[in-house]
Amino acid sequence: MNIQGENKTQNRILSLLPLWIVIGFFMIGPLLVMAVVSLMESNVYGGVHFKFSLSGYRQILFDTNLFDEIEFNPAYLIIIARSFMLALAATFLSLLIGFPAAYFISRQSDRVKNILIFLVTIPFWTNLLIRTFAWIIILGKGGVIESSFNFFGLLDEESSLNLMYTNSAILIGLVYSYLPLMVLPIYASMEKMDLRLLEAATDLYSNRIELIRKIILPLSMPGLIGGSILVFVPCLGAFIAPDLLGGGKKLLLGSLIQFQFSYARNWPFGAAMAMFLLALVILVLIFNARLNRKHREYANQK
Amino acid sequence: MQTKNKKRKFRYVWNFPGFGGWTAIFFGFLYIPIFILVCYSFNSSKFAMIWTGFSFRWYAKLFSNDDIQTATINSFIVAFAAAPLATIIATFSALALVRGGEFRFREFSSGLITLPLMVPEIVTAVATLIFFASLGINLGLINVIIAHTVFCIPFAFMPIKAALEAMDPNLELAARDLYSDKTSTFKTITLPLLTPGILSGFMLAFVISIDDFIITLMVAGGGATTLPVYIYSMVKMGVSPEVNAVSSLMLAFSIFIVTLYWFFNRKINN
Amino acid sequence: MMEKKVNAIDVRNVTKIYTSGNAQTKALKNANLTIYDNEFFTLLGPSGCGKTTLLRLIAGFEDITDGSINLFNQEIVNLPPNKRPVNTVFQQYSLFPHLNVYENVAFGLRRLKKDASFVESRTFEVLELVQMKEYANRKPNQLSGGQQQRVALARALAPEPKVLLLDEPLSALDLKLRQAMRFELKTLQRETGITFVFVTHDQEEALTMSDRIAVINEGEIQQIGEPEQIYESPSNKFVANFIGEANLLSGVCKTSGENGVCELDTGHELNLFVPPHIKQNDKVTIFIRPERIKIEKSSKDKSQLRISEFTYLGNAATIQLKSNNQLINVNLPIEDLKIFKKDDYVDLHFPKESAQVID
Repeated sequence: MNIQGENKTQNRILSLLPLWIVIGFFMIGPLLVMAVVSLMESNVYGGVHFKFSLSGYRQILFDTNLFDEIEFNPAYLIIIARSFMLALAATFLSLLIGFPAAYFISRQSDRVKNILIFLVTIPFWTNLLIRTFAWIIILGKGGVIESSFNFFGLLDEESSLNLMYTNSAILIGLVYSYLPLMVLPIYASMEKMDLRLLEAATDLYSNRIELIRKIILPLSMPGLIGGSILVFVPCLGAFIAPDLLGGGKKLLLGSLIQFQFSYARNWPFGAAMAMFLLALVILVLIFNARLNRKHREYANQK
Repeated sequence: MQTKNKKRKFRYVWNFPGFGGWTAIFFGFLYIPIFILVCYSFNSSKFAMIWTGFSFRWYAKLFSNDDIQTATINSFIVAFAAAPLATIIATFSALALVRGGEFRFREFSSGLITLPLMVPEIVTAVATLIFFASLGINLGLINVIIAHTVFCIPFAFMPIKAALEAMDPNLELAARDLYSDKTSTFKTITLPLLTPGILSGFMLAFVISIDDFIITLMVAGGGATTLPVYIYSMVKMGVSPEVNAVSSLMLAFSIFIVTLYWFFNRKINN
Repeated sequence: MMEKKVNAIDVRNVTKIYTSGNAQTKALKNANLTIYDNEFFTLLGPSGCGKTTLLRLIAGFEDITDGSINLFNQEIVNLPPNKRPVNTVFQQYSLFPHLNVYENVAFGLRRLKKDASFVESRTFEVLELVQMKEYANRKPNQLSGGQQQRVALARALAPEPKVLLLDEPLSALDLKLRQAMRFELKTLQRETGITFVFVTHDQEEALTMSDRIAVINEGEIQQIGEPEQIYESPSNKFVANFIGEANLLSGVCKTSGENGVCELDTGHELNLFVPPHIKQNDKVTIFIRPERIKIEKSSKDKSQLRISEFTYLGNAATIQLKSNNQLINVNLPIEDLKIFKKDDYVDLHFPKESAQVID
């Protein structure tokens, strides 16, 4: 609608101005400043020395030894690789756990469906720090798991299962943190699916496994991809799970960046790592946009 | 010979065996840790991990802990400042984006709204820290409020946009047709009908602000500690039953607000 | 003595183009029409033909690309909708969901700053008129579709508009209710004396209710006239096909003029009026309604027309005659049902004035 003689442009600009100012100044601004800082030299006392330098980025791969020689240092590369592997594993596990649950929920009556989906979203709205902290009580020394082992005589009082501060503990924390984000988009794409398609496929001699492989999986693909991205991206930059459950021993990208600003006080390096993480995320999002476009083109071709 | 007349249990083709049980395990995985946390908050033992008996003592202790009270007050100050700001910005943006037709900055503006959701939280946190530090802006809680306003905008925006899209645009035209000008149409039709959506947006923004930890941890200087940041420092010093108690209260608060939001939304939809 | 007609709405050279991105859609192309005061005027056409666009231009919900619209000889295109003394009944009623029936109906009067006692008396008067007085305190979602329809009518009538615009108001109702509402709407229009501009895609609705009809297709006005005129002598093939059933038979002109002769491709010669601009041996299309054709039995050597389809309808039958490549539809009255059967050879007759050469 466009009512005769009414100027909408002015209204639009006035309405959007606060958004442009707040996000522009306090979101894009900080990202730009961070990009600049990543190209500066670090100051011995923490903070930034305003002189152009690539040392922040160089430090990701190389180190300067006692004799001022530059040598290859794989330590950070290992952290990056570990972050990547853990994020991938967490995504895969979430998919495995979330897919059947999403399917089951989508096949319930409207009433039940709404309640179950609400139960899936609740953890998302509660404090992630606290939810992760709950796992310390479960996995920790003398925690719920160890005491139950004790109780059944599977473990003596003095020894420990050493569940905490391991990659597995971090992995459990990551899956636990972001599982709802996997289920919601899968559920959304399954809910729209026509049940008669499954009946038609069965009528044409598909068994249940073929139903999943040939009908359900392809039709819920946009949800699977969307959910995987929603889990993978925050896992890559996760800070709470590696910090609390990895105990700072198993650093991941997120905790490494945070460490540079809290203890190491090497801002340019921290900023460079943050830029690197941002670049990775942008790559993933571009990949996602490509996939989405392909899907849309495919859908339009019909 | 007698034929066996045992009927095989009927199952719809779209019903997969085992999925129900799997879903039960899924919900167990989501909720049992929370349940355990809350249980242990009633543990009378000084050692968080060993159950000795039921007690309210840790809750009672919270009320004599000044630091926790200051942190709680800070959390509420931040949320009560950031959530309304974000809601107002989101409301005006939604009006322009949903009712404004097609225009040049449309894509750009909706991109801006989703930006805080796209950028990893740790990157936003670090960038905001650098930004405030290099501009020398050190206003304590105000820094935190600004940072919270930014990432609350997309959460406030979603329900408002949905409410506006669900609203019949002909209602506004009908009001114009019945001799009401632009201002009075907004006051008598658009705003009253949008209020539930705006309130929903406010509630979500509020919960997100209250719960935020990473960005607050990086941006808040001394004296601007919020409750999650305080809980973090307590956890870092060692697990104590007091942490369980304050965590349980926070969980209960968030769940309460979100449940309120849910019932509220269900009422709108009916 | 002819009463002098007053022009309520003059639509002059109105063009409306929708632009979205680089794509342009012409919704109305140079439309011209006049709607008289006290008239029940219908805009009829298939969906997407531009009839609703024209209505929305009159209401002021769209900006006009070119042309002018006058309301009782006053230019209104530059007025916003709230300054135009016309009111609209929307297709989905669009009642304000947060206001009760009374407040919905009083809405326009309050915006016009009428004094409180008048608002109350007028609101109840209009609610009485549509028999919704006892529902004044209900919210719209507590009403049935038909009741919402009445409230929507009352809301638009309350401010006493000079013209009432109705955008397919009956399309959301079920069949029975729709037929009852037709009659009521027509009565309401006669009682209030307000000019109604009614948009519909339903030809039956248009024929039964309207004083005059404008048939619109692809943004162009095809024909304006009284219902009988439009049904009996459509001005082109679109109108002939869109309203009722039509046979459009191709043939060649033999003689033109008042006592013209045309030969159909089936070999039949027809006696009818052929407009003088058509010359001998010109190809022509001849329009005739199926119910105007009478058939009688013939035999294979006398006629090439064979009954190729016989569809029994209970109270009548439709049959399809085939000859060469031409199909002719005929409605068979109930008393002739037993006489004819499939594959019979027949001959056809019809009154001269019911056939017509058409563009």
